[in-house]
Amino acid sequence: MTDAPRRTALDALHRALGATMTDFAGWDMPLRYSSERDEHIAVRTRAGLFDLSHMGEITVTGPQAAALLDFALVGNIGGVAVGRARYTMICNAEGGILDDLIVYRLADEEYMVVANASNAQVVLDALTERAAGFDAQVRDDRDAYALLAVQGPESPGILKSLTDADLDGLKYYAGLPGTVAGVPALIARTGYTGEDGFELFVAPADAEKLWHALTEAGADAGLVPCGLSCRDTLRLEAGMPLYGHELTTATTPFDAGLGRVVKFEKEGDFVGREALLAAQERAESTPPRKLVGLIAEGRRVPRAGFAVVADGAVVGEVTSGAPSPTLGKPIAIAYVDAAHAAPGTKGVSVDIRGSHEPYEVVALPFYKRQR
Amino acid sequence: MSNPQQLRFSKEHEWLSAADENGVATVGITEFAANSLGDVVYAQLPAVGDKITAGESCGELESTKSVSDLFAPVTGEVTEANQDVVDDPALVNSEPFAGGWLFKVKITDEPADLLTADEYTAFTAG
Repeated sequence: MTDAPRRTALDALHRALGATMTDFAGWDMPLRYSSERDEHIAVRTRAGLFDLSHMGEITVTGPQAAALLDFALVGNIGGVAVGRARYTMICNAEGGILDDLIVYRLADEEYMVVANASNAQVVLDALTERAAGFDAQVRDDRDAYALLAVQGPESPGILKSLTDADLDGLKYYAGLPGTVAGVPALIARTGYTGEDGFELFVAPADAEKLWHALTEAGADAGLVPCGLSCRDTLRLEAGMPLYGHELTTATTPFDAGLGRVVKFEKEGDFVGREALLAAQERAESTPPRKLVGLIAEGRRVPRAGFAVVADGAVVGEVTSGAPSPTLGKPIAIAYVDAAHAAPGTKGVSVDIRGSHEPYEVVALPFYKRQR
Repeated sequence: MSNPQQLRFSKEHEWLSAADENGVATVGITEFAANSLGDVVYAQLPAVGDKITAGESCGELESTKSVSDLFAPVTGEVTEANQDVVDDPALVNSEPFAGGWLFKVKITDEPADLLTADEYTAFTAG
């Protein structure tokens, strides 16, 4: 990449906080502010504050906004009620995943599609192309929003002190317009950490004011600023896939164990339908590889791309791996041949720089919060 | 961050204490390196008796995001490895110049390009 990385509206603030920055999908983002392990634990036990302004917002409006999204995406988007959100995917004609998305229905004829930063242009282009013939408009709103997330068990209390919005009535995967600390915001009860939490879409000009208000309101509850490093270990423990790792154009939702997001029963055709029917059939009859969890018996950490081995043969590949602060052991998500994918399968190892380290096969997720 | 004046430094971000009367020096990684790595979660250190060669890998440090080779700043024989760091790798982050030391080595040869504290500070400021 030759272009200089993009900076979020909170860039100066991150630097003032002493953040270690990293280039992520063309953005200069905070990797961590202090210890990523401490940030991880803060989110699990108290609260963490994230700048996620790199995420790509795309607005779809018009009388046929729902029809367009039902055609362009694999989910039943017309069936999403106003004020609710849906986790879904956009696939190519071959059923390969172009991106995983969260779609918010803001009004009858208005949706906000949130794409991964690395795929925002691909998703924008695909939606624009697929909109041909629909009475709907696709708008690039990447520069219209900054995105702050408050995640962790203390987050409802922290947010409540800054807004009159009905947070108790705001269910998981719902979003409503409101005002937080005097700032107009779309308040969504979503996240990527495995904890309760909120994502706040605001105008970039308001981002710094909101960050300061949240920091102040969360001080007593132990809220800390959190970088992308702990966001990755949090989502990994929660068994949530990351595009480019568990999800790629070479995988279908069924390969990734996420076939439930594909709604064949919805009205009308959609891009990838035929290929996805075949992928579903294949996954049920002869699953090529399954996505599983691996927990280390030792201390060396598996990384994306490392081979999973059994009986001296390669039986899979690690897609994500990290030391788990919650489990206190290295963990990984891996695609593993069905014969070795059952939880409890013996004799499975990961090849870590030539040495076969023993791993336990487990079902995902590694961590589930107590409700 | 400040680099202790009494230490010398490699461009691979290890520090080396002055050798004692037996020619044995202590080796660790710098605060700069520890900050760059992030939380160290696993340290594979050379074993007592290992012959190490300046500039060559003699172990590894694993952090949340990556694994990094540990390079020998001098040539010699390892006389001690810090078991405290093996048991609690976070020491490398919290006390890189003190309790987070990695191993001791009886020096037989050392490269000419080890840096003083001021030179290392300038090297990492670049």
